[in-house]
Amino acid sequence: MKTVPYIVQKEFRQIFRHRVMLPLIFLMPVIQLLVLAFAADYEVDNVKLHIVDLDHSQASRQLVGQFEASEHFILTGASASGKIASNEIQQGEADLYLEIPPDFQRQLLRDGRSQLQVAVDAINGVKAGLSSAYANAIIRDFNAAFRQNYGGGIAQPAALQIETANWFNPEQNYQTFMVPGILVILVTLVGMFLAGMNIVKEKEIGTIEQINVSPIRKHEFIIGKLLPFWIIALVELAIGLVVGKLVFHIPFVGSLWLIFGFAGLYLLVVLGFGLLISTVTETQQQAMFIAWFFLIIFILMSGLFTPIESMPPWAQDITRFNPVAYFVDVMRLVLLKGSDVWDIRQHIAVMGGYALAVNGLAVLNYRKVG
Amino acid sequence: MIQTQNLRKSYGTTPALRGINLQVQPGELFGLIGPDGAGKTTLIRILATLLLADEGSAQLDHKDVVADYRAIRRSIGYMPGRFSLYQDLTVEENLTFFATIFGTTIEENYELIRDIYVQLEPFKDRRAGKLSGGMKQKLALCCALIHKPTVLLLDEPTTGVDPVSRQEFWEMLQRLKAKNITILVSTPYMDEASLCDRVALMQDGAILQVDEPDSIVNSYDKPLLAVKTANIYQLIQDLRQFEPAHTVFPFGEYVHLSLKSVVWPELIHGYLLDRGHADIEIKQAMPTIEDIFMEKSQV
Repeated sequence: MKTVPYIVQKEFRQIFRHRVMLPLIFLMPVIQLLVLAFAADYEVDNVKLHIVDLDHSQASRQLVGQFEASEHFILTGASASGKIASNEIQQGEADLYLEIPPDFQRQLLRDGRSQLQVAVDAINGVKAGLSSAYANAIIRDFNAAFRQNYGGGIAQPAALQIETANWFNPEQNYQTFMVPGILVILVTLVGMFLAGMNIVKEKEIGTIEQINVSPIRKHEFIIGKLLPFWIIALVELAIGLVVGKLVFHIPFVGSLWLIFGFAGLYLLVVLGFGLLISTVTETQQQAMFIAWFFLIIFILMSGLFTPIESMPPWAQDITRFNPVAYFVDVMRLVLLKGSDVWDIRQHIAVMGGYALAVNGLAVLNYRKVG
Repeated sequence: MIQTQNLRKSYGTTPALRGINLQVQPGELFGLIGPDGAGKTTLIRILATLLLADEGSAQLDHKDVVADYRAIRRSIGYMPGRFSLYQDLTVEENLTFFATIFGTTIEENYELIRDIYVQLEPFKDRRAGKLSGGMKQKLALCCALIHKPTVLLLDEPTTGVDPVSRQEFWEMLQRLKAKNITILVSTPYMDEASLCDRVALMQDGAILQVDEPDSIVNSYDKPLLAVKTANIYQLIQDLRQFEPAHTVFPFGEYVHLSLKSVVWPELIHGYLLDRGHADIEIKQAMPTIEDIFMEKSQV
């Protein structure tokens, strides 16, 4: 084992000798966090609203006023027919139009009910869903207010008022939610790409020949090659957490030791994956392609962008084998909810088993003799 | 000391070695001479414990390449055909790294590499990737020697190196031999054969002949002529049609013609004149390793 430090020293020399590597390692977490955390924002603002008010009553003006007051909508046009409005959507001038029928106020006062038409451009499903939800909320508010003012005589069904409380992220801040997950991707990138490519590079350049005829043992070489990236990835995580705290004010409710401890374990899995890929490839290009294939699946199925619970059952089964999903979960649990070791014991057990399996397979696959 | 018994290796259905039996004495400078694809690299990689033979066995200093591979790795120096040091580390860093992984230091074995390293020392802070071809080979040799091996396996160390550096490289090998290191070196350059104590001529995975270079050359028993005319291409075509011709191949500006039996040069002259050749020149030629090779590979 005494040769391991020399291999590590050599690796660090080589890594930092590349002019791009040092800035890349320190700038990557900052840039990725800044770009992704601001970009991966699910709130939909500035929905272009088109109004077709055929009633021109006090009630309709009040409803329109409420839409205009909303931060989610901007009024981009008004017309006197649904045809013009749908044309506006066709042209992309409007995302949503609201048609208020003639007799809207009269029906409300007389029958206690009326109908409104809302049409949404559903090219972007997420945006369409959220826009119509915002619109419904405004209409509901309007409805409640209207009834309070005018509906004295109209029998009202007893309404249940539902109050929602968002625990652990009271303001439903997307950045609080996203930043811990993005940090996971960052750490995964370093582990899987850099480490995998680093070993394949020795094959590609031929230096592995010279190593193979030396008395270096298999495990010494592997540890020596992977340890530097284990360290770099943890440093990246630390930088990322600092940026998360300073820029995005993400809460650190749980123990940072636990985060780093789990990250250390998680990195064994990711580095093992990199090692495994390097044993089945001959060039950095091949390694890159395979790593990318797994990474895309891991990231998209990690629960970072879409909740795992909303996936079909077979996809949920796949995520059980996705290390990224476990770490994203742990990050959120510990940082936002303050979970302790006992709460995440299952995650730890799975990750530990995973680390043993992947590394065992990789070491078996790695041969010094052809 | 290197011994092999009936070594065989195939890549798929392509045989690379067809039963190699070899004896290299301790302290001998032994050459493996043969064209590309003869199986030289495969043989050396099996001896370096990097490749497993399909059949047969091999020992270095009485240690088996399969059973005692770990002991062998401590006692051999191996230089692959392709430059395989860290191009992004400096000369000194490379040497220090390889010394350390063998559990030694540059100082400890400086004596062995001094002759070579003094030439590299002015560039010791230069990255290996920025060295010239000859310098790279010298560095690779230093790295292969830094742990004081008893057997040195060199796979085409002079391929792609300029003639002056090649010359220097062979002088270094002679000095290492004097330090009682067994050296097995492969090369596609026939002219380097004469610099070895003994050589094995290899072709298509088999050894054609093993002997001292002089004996190999002296064993050549066919009349050999060097022929030149104005049209070399036509000359080769015509000589191959020439009934008494045994082998015909270009050799520098001449064509080497070996004959099945002694034929008067006047007869050849007349034959070539009939075929319309001009500026005909015919002279006796001294056989070289290359001639032996062509001779052997005819069979």
